[in-house]
Amino acid sequence: MSSRALAVVLVAAAALAGCGGGDSSSGGAISADGSSTVGPFTTRTAEDFRAQGGVDVTVGISGTGGGFERFCADETDISNASRAIKDEEAAICADKGVEYVELQVATDALTNVVNSANDWVKCLTVDQLNAIWKPGSTVSNWSQVDPSYPDVELKLYGAGTDSGTFDYFTDAINGEEGASRTDFSATEDDNVTVQGVSGDRGALGYFGFSYYEENQDKLKALEIDDGGGCVAPNVETAQDGSYTPLSRPLFMYVKLSSLETTDGLADFVRFTLENAAAIAKEAQFVPLNQEQVDAELQKLEDATA
Amino acid sequence: MSADVTVARPAVVALPRKRIRWGEQFVHLILFIAAAISVLTTVGIVLSLLLPALEFFREVSPLDFFTGTTWAPLFLDAQFGVLPLVVGTLMISFWSALVAFPLGLGVAIYLSEYAAPRATAFLKPILEILAAIPTVVLGYFALTFVTPFLRDQVGVQVEIFNALSASLVLGIMLIPTIATLSEDAMAAVPRDLRDGGYALGADKLQVSTRIVVPAAISGIIAAFVLGFSRAVGETMIVLIAAGQLAQITFDPRETVETITAFIGATGNGDVPTGSIEYKTIFAVGLTLFVMTLVMNLISIRLVRKYREVYE
Amino acid sequence: MTVVDGALASGPPRRVWRNRLFQGAMLLCMLVAFGTLAVLLVDTLVTGWPALSSQLLTGLPSTLPEEAGARPAILATLYLGALVLLFSVPIGVLTAVYLEEYANRERWWNRAIEVNIQNLAAVPAIVYGILGLAFIVRGIGVGRVVLAGGLILTLVVLPTVVVSSREAIRAVPDSIRQGAFALGATKWQVVWRQVLPAAIPGIATGSILALSRAVGETAPLIMVGAITYVAFNPTLFGAYTALPVQIYNWTRQPDVDFQTLAAAGAIVLLVIVLTMNAVAIFLRNRYRKQW
Repeated sequence: MSSRALAVVLVAAAALAGCGGGDSSSGGAISADGSSTVGPFTTRTAEDFRAQGGVDVTVGISGTGGGFERFCADETDISNASRAIKDEEAAICADKGVEYVELQVATDALTNVVNSANDWVKCLTVDQLNAIWKPGSTVSNWSQVDPSYPDVELKLYGAGTDSGTFDYFTDAINGEEGASRTDFSATEDDNVTVQGVSGDRGALGYFGFSYYEENQDKLKALEIDDGGGCVAPNVETAQDGSYTPLSRPLFMYVKLSSLETTDGLADFVRFTLENAAAIAKEAQFVPLNQEQVDAELQKLEDATA
Repeated sequence: MSADVTVARPAVVALPRKRIRWGEQFVHLILFIAAAISVLTTVGIVLSLLLPALEFFREVSPLDFFTGTTWAPLFLDAQFGVLPLVVGTLMISFWSALVAFPLGLGVAIYLSEYAAPRATAFLKPILEILAAIPTVVLGYFALTFVTPFLRDQVGVQVEIFNALSASLVLGIMLIPTIATLSEDAMAAVPRDLRDGGYALGADKLQVSTRIVVPAAISGIIAAFVLGFSRAVGETMIVLIAAGQLAQITFDPRETVETITAFIGATGNGDVPTGSIEYKTIFAVGLTLFVMTLVMNLISIRLVRKYREVYE
Repeated sequence: MTVVDGALASGPPRRVWRNRLFQGAMLLCMLVAFGTLAVLLVDTLVTGWPALSSQLLTGLPSTLPEEAGARPAILATLYLGALVLLFSVPIGVLTAVYLEEYANRERWWNRAIEVNIQNLAAVPAIVYGILGLAFIVRGIGVGRVVLAGGLILTLVVLPTVVVSSREAIRAVPDSIRQGAFALGATKWQVVWRQVLPAAIPGIATGSILALSRAVGETAPLIMVGAITYVAFNPTLFGAYTALPVQIYNWTRQPDVDFQTLAAAGAIVLLVIVLTMNAVAIFLRNRYRKQW
């Protein structure tokens, strides 16, 4: 009776799943996953797209690395990334026969933040950051960073290892992707970092510029000195490249086969690029300038040709 | 009970052989299959945990895993010492037990010995409401009410994510479990024992603490063990309020990471099969499963022991 | 109650005071427990009240708190609840019937099934999430869809349904069974026509309580990927996010408006869960049979 019904349902489910061919675009939706930095951008775009009558888009935030692994396993249509795809990841995609086009959708200024009650530090050099974050570092107090700073415990919050933010930061500051001390609160979700830093007077954290912009009342952004003086992170310095070494491109990787088979995907991607600057401003990213947008649109056309 | 009825007859008459009813056999089979689903579940749990965990232990030595003091599985120079997670789990469970055991036992004693029957009938459903609150709501309460309360009102300098808030709320969550099981144990104590105490001139304090509680002690201990095991297995409250910094510390004001929080944070459903992350989930999950299983077996033993005493 | 009511009316003052203090201490325990519950409910209500609107119930999630709603999440939660009822009640009741009426306790495998169910009841919910991830989402390949979530939650509450159904069946007096046998009924007829109908109130109560627990579960759903931005109504084989998971997501947003939303979502979830509990308690009190 009912156990039999259950057996029938399970078998039917298995059969349907079998011919579904993976769970991408299940339910007819476009599936995007990846960076939690780029996630809000894609979500904002998806909302606007839907408001114009477009197809549904689901957006996950499991981190740039996690997103790529799903992307190359043929589970998603779009992979959001806050760094370029690594060679190893590209190889896995090639193995699985997943072809894609890489599109830049915005720029980011990786921001270092401290609690708003932190009134002693305004600017840090790259060397100082390196001393704090390098593997095996034992810096645990602000006075160790600079003798003129007060004796306040240093609490670190940062990105998890699946995060493109982590990869980019460690590469830029410590010289190698993935090289970092391990005793900090790590999370793929930058909002948790916001909560941590804003709740702790001696805290120091890093994440994408948009997360700082949205929480300016709780956090203070540090200027970074890469040898040429202290530069604050903002739209201008990110666009003209003076905020080094922490300005970075944000990407959306789109699967070529999905462009052909999934309804509305091409429209969505085109919509994203055409509105990239406006959405970036809405979601508080650093927008692409018109030249960059045109270049990306051209890439898309070439790929779908 | 469950046996077929046999009709008593004079021994002389030989009964005809029972005719097999195929419909009944079929029903029996279907029911057995239904019951077997639970066995399949356990097998599934064991398999789904054991196989990847074994793969994991092929790459990481069990000695490093169980005795290492740094948990940094996803970094460049990966370290797989699970002790910080275990310490975090046990510490939170310990502090929550400190809250739940006395309060739970107190509630049980009150309901069993002091409250009028009508009051009890009214209070027990309210206790059930406390038990029904979803843990995500409790976690949110810990983060947004208890932590600021501790900082501002009580003056304890806790981190924004700390073990104390999570433990307090977790302890409150466990009170219904401990109270209902302890109260059941105390209700099973025959009235004669209490009446005997009163007849000898004891007052209620003495009867409760020196007669009833000792008589119900194994049921109460079983309740404690079960409560502790639920604390060990709880995820949402610690995930939201206790944080994600795996460190060995015994100071409840600090941020800690429990086994369950690690699994919940890492296993966002998108962990790719075969990666080392995927496998750490299983190794750690297996550790958790074994811990709660052992505690549960202990508590079953204790319950069985106390059940026999009065029958 | 008993011969002597506890309050010591007379006696040496120290003794009287000790008793009063003890009673006070026990009462204090009650107050702390219920007081915290009251504080939690009031705090959630007060925090979430501003965001409680028809938009919350009918709108779609958004990155802007002013526009965010939880309709897909609420629907998915109700959907999951329906799936849990659909699967767990038949399997749970049939298992309970098997254990109470059919199983020969002498056989080791039947004892093993009993112990097994008791153990399953103690397994943390997140381990069921791992199980679900390995076997249902990946193994059968159903993917991160509503059906998978429903199956996993079914497994989480199945032991509870079995245990409460067993209690209900056990409470049916044997005389009813014996009477039916005496009239020539087969075992299944006895169960189906006499025992189960008599046990239905108890079974219903237990099932609804289990259901309310399933609806509030978050951890296993997180494991199988229910955290996504989903802007459409859930379907059986579609992506989804459930209400507790949506609340969890909102708690992680530092924006104060999202915290308010989280509290409002919590109010909705509490309403759903407490209503189910109230129905269960009502059934229990109304239909409790005195044999």
